[in-house]
Amino acid sequence: MKISENWLREWVNPELTTEQLVSQLTMAGLEVDSVEAAAPALDKLVVAEVISCEQHPNADRLNLCQVNDGSGEPVQVVCGAPNVAAGQKVVFAQVGAELPGFKIKKAKLRGVESNGMICSEQELGMAESSDGILVLPSDAPVATPIGDYLQLDDSLIEIDLTPNRGDCLSVAGVAREVIANNVVDAHALVVNEVPATIDDRFDVELVNPEACPHYAGRVIRGIDATADTPLWMKEKLRRSGLRPISPVVDVTNYVMMELGQPMHGFDLNKLQGGIRVRNAEAGEKIGLLDGSEVECRDDTLVIADHQAGVAIAGIMGGMDSSVQAETTDILLEAAFFSPQHIAGKARSYGMHTDSSHRFERGVDPQLQVKAIHRATELLLQMVGGQAGPVFQQRADDYMPQPPQVELRHARIERLLGIEVSPEQVESILQKLDMQVEKQADSWLVTAPSWRFDINIEADLVEEIGRIIGYDNIPGTKESAHISMYGFSERHVPLSRLSEILVARGYHEAITYSFVSPEMQEVLQPGQETLTLANPISSDMSEMRTSLLPGLIQALKHNLNRQQSRIRLFETGLCFIPQDNELLQRPHVAGLVMGSVDTESWTGASQAVDFYDIKGDLESLMALANGGNFSFLPSANEILHPGQSADVLYQGQKVGFVGALHPSVLKKLDIDHKVYVFDVESACLQQAELAEFVELSKFPSIRRDLALIIDQDISAQQMIDTIFSIKSQIIQDVFVFDVYTGKEVIKNRKSVALGLILQDFSRTLTDKDVDQTVTEVLTTLEKQHNAVLR
Amino acid sequence: MSELNNLLQSATAAIAVAEDLTALDNLRVQYLGKKGEITLQLKNLGQLPPEQRREAGQEINKVKQVIQQTLETRKSVLNDAEINARLAAETVDVTLPGRRVNQGGLHPVTLTMNRIDHMFAKLGFDIAKGPEVEDDFHNFEALNIPEHHPARAMHDTFYFDAKTLLRTHTSPVQIRTLEKQAPPVRVIAPGRVYRCDSDLTHTPMFHQVEGLLVDENVSFADLKGTLHEFLKLFFEQEDLKTRFRPSYFPFTEPSMEVDISCVMCGGKGCRVCSHTGWLEILGCGMVHPEVFRHTGIDPEQYTAYAFGLGVERMAMLRYGVNDIRLFFENDLRFLQQFA
Repeated sequence: MKISENWLREWVNPELTTEQLVSQLTMAGLEVDSVEAAAPALDKLVVAEVISCEQHPNADRLNLCQVNDGSGEPVQVVCGAPNVAAGQKVVFAQVGAELPGFKIKKAKLRGVESNGMICSEQELGMAESSDGILVLPSDAPVATPIGDYLQLDDSLIEIDLTPNRGDCLSVAGVAREVIANNVVDAHALVVNEVPATIDDRFDVELVNPEACPHYAGRVIRGIDATADTPLWMKEKLRRSGLRPISPVVDVTNYVMMELGQPMHGFDLNKLQGGIRVRNAEAGEKIGLLDGSEVECRDDTLVIADHQAGVAIAGIMGGMDSSVQAETTDILLEAAFFSPQHIAGKARSYGMHTDSSHRFERGVDPQLQVKAIHRATELLLQMVGGQAGPVFQQRADDYMPQPPQVELRHARIERLLGIEVSPEQVESILQKLDMQVEKQADSWLVTAPSWRFDINIEADLVEEIGRIIGYDNIPGTKESAHISMYGFSERHVPLSRLSEILVARGYHEAITYSFVSPEMQEVLQPGQETLTLANPISSDMSEMRTSLLPGLIQALKHNLNRQQSRIRLFETGLCFIPQDNELLQRPHVAGLVMGSVDTESWTGASQAVDFYDIKGDLESLMALANGGNFSFLPSANEILHPGQSADVLYQGQKVGFVGALHPSVLKKLDIDHKVYVFDVESACLQQAELAEFVELSKFPSIRRDLALIIDQDISAQQMIDTIFSIKSQIIQDVFVFDVYTGKEVIKNRKSVALGLILQDFSRTLTDKDVDQTVTEVLTTLEKQHNAVLR
Repeated sequence: MSELNNLLQSATAAIAVAEDLTALDNLRVQYLGKKGEITLQLKNLGQLPPEQRREAGQEINKVKQVIQQTLETRKSVLNDAEINARLAAETVDVTLPGRRVNQGGLHPVTLTMNRIDHMFAKLGFDIAKGPEVEDDFHNFEALNIPEHHPARAMHDTFYFDAKTLLRTHTSPVQIRTLEKQAPPVRVIAPGRVYRCDSDLTHTPMFHQVEGLLVDENVSFADLKGTLHEFLKLFFEQEDLKTRFRPSYFPFTEPSMEVDISCVMCGGKGCRVCSHTGWLEILGCGMVHPEVFRHTGIDPEQYTAYAFGLGVERMAMLRYGVNDIRLFFENDLRFLQQFA
């Protein structure tokens, strides 16, 4: 909300500089976002009188004027505005004046000397656009600096109000806060009752009193709707961020800004019968002031006459019943709509108005009649006419009653951490216009009608803290209950996984959890996904079921920036719909592309292959219990069929690793080999407690076997077969060479195995070793057709 | 006798200029070998009168020793020279880079969250986690934000359906923690949050850290002291100032926003703090009784404070990052700056 400092100071004028005032508001919870000058510095701009105005001798559209600016001699000036005329009081920019964007100089316009400029509101920085020069009231004193005359020495204070402080959405409301924070005399505006001079009333019926328990109105007949809104009001509206429109609209807006009561003026002669405040019929259409037409739902309160809806209650008036230039008779409306009813309605229709903003936060239910009188007073001065009596309908049962809240003295200290004297508590509450009833160790407090945010004890404690100032409450050092920190060795923290990948050259990426449906379909074809109802864009509409789409996008970003060696990983949740439930499952995924090492003078580095990324993944598994994991050739269609594996944990599939399929790379428009893994991270975080095994005191013996075996027998199968012998002395088996080529016949390969043999009770003899090796060879031959090379 | 002297002199001279070990060995043979000149002299002793033999023998032996000595000395010089030559040939350019194992790095958001987690862990706060796809109850209702509450308009929420959404803050973790853990509770909840908002200063996903402390005697003064200490330590600025302003969150009462003196200009006013000298850094307050009611905790027995802060903002201020969108582009040139 924007508010003029001058206007605020008309209400309450503490001895504070603008800066102090603004800081005080911020520290009271009315956060000031910005302060800007109402107008730029306006030197050499004065009130002047147009003495004469003639047509420019050489130009049809220009006028040649003589003005009296108080300097003694009449000043000649060329003016292009269509509305300039002799006798007007105007804003005159003398030679040397600086206006926003330009400086006034002596000039010759079409051969005639011009010594200044008669200004429009736009040129003064007071309006976005204007049709002609600004004409001042005839009593404006010549030669008065314009800044003084228009009180332009003003600051516009932008306050970012929290939703609980709807009571501060007016000059009166902010003034109340200033009063509560200062020892100061307030010149609260006295609103005079404007007596009726005619007897006209209008019938009002509250059909839904719960949503609208109070409706006040007044008929004013015989107005001149074409009259001008006075400059001072236009200026105040402008400085409040409201655009002057026409006298009736301006007055209702003015009263809303001044007192906080949104109002509406109807053209009385366009209303049929009487006012009915009722719910809309489903599908009922209302054409609104902004030119739009809204189809209402039946949960929406409307103001209707006996024929049709004429306004959406508390949100916006209708076009058909609006006040126009030819309007002579009006109905002023000031109502109370319950916040519970208005809340969310404007938004549900895609609207947000000054009125709905206030009603959904709560308008003072005691304010309606006062606002009608204030508006009448202003209107009669501006547009004339005869006012009828104020009439109202009120459903007392539904009027909001501020609750009586008990505030215990001890509770203040318990919540704030400081002791506040009972005298100070009472003084603060009274400053805030609360009714306070003293009890033994507490008070019964009733908030004023405009405060909708005081409902429980904590609300009152907040008021006490806020007015004392949180800065005046000393902070205490935390005294923790120190207790020992126990942690399981069977749990590997996620940070350990990240650290290992970082040590192996990976950079951590953080990518959006929502991905594009296209990318999703390429990388997890056929996978069911969870889709956002209101995505920010269609390419961020599906919740990821794998971390790959994000990593691929990051890869492409970097490829487009000439990176040739990329290693990225991410940890985070994947969202997998399963059996009508949603699994939110943590994953870890990695991606590598380019060479094994960065380019170096020590020699060319080879390109990464399957075993590089598998090694990275195995280093993560080593943290948990490597033995629980296994790899099986994968049928995952996004991966290279010969260079991909499913990752199994205790026999259950938990992820995959491999090269992306060339056809997938093509769809992704990537021209490089890319290797990826994506694994559920929970299994990588389950370690087993180390368990000591006796060390053998006897020497171990290594035997190497070079075997020729069918290509499709995997290394894992050979190792599993060897262990299946269940020999007591085979401690370890590993592959140290694999060869295919000239010396090996087609479809066969040479595999070199190292066997480590050892016994725990004695030194092995040659006989023991030979016997075991023979058994290994026989079994491998029998099961896999393996022969010694 | 002069013959012997000449021999010594010519030998010494020759040894002095011997250029390598082979030349030196040739000289040894020439003088001291079986047929060497000194050996010859000794063999010829027999030709002298017996009374001279002893003296002459001593003289020859003395010369022999001198030559031997000179040979040894020269040999060691040549040996050293040879080693030095070999070492010189083996010299490398020590300024060339070593064989490095290329390290990657953690994301700056992770670094920042880890830092915050560690600092609060020292105060006994455990880490709590919650789902990112949340239900309306935990994200809003239980936090005292009923349907149509104006505060909902401040959360641009991503929805899946009427009751399922992406959490807009980490505060639902407060509820989920209190649902399963009886007081006293000290937790910190870092994680991703989502708002349907994307422009120069907003990304639709960002990170928050939520803090919650429930105990029998927790007051605003405790909250203030703890956060002041934390912010000072986080930014490593001993003279950092904090400012607690009244604010509004439906799930805390009283509620505050915390500003810190600008970490860029020290509070003098600069572009980063919009010339105010202050930076809004987090929201906090005393947990609202309604939140207690939803989780079955007695607000008479326990009080609690809670706070929530934006991780990207903390990271931006700490590292001087000027565009929040950089965090999610994952440009290696950006990520490498934090490795």
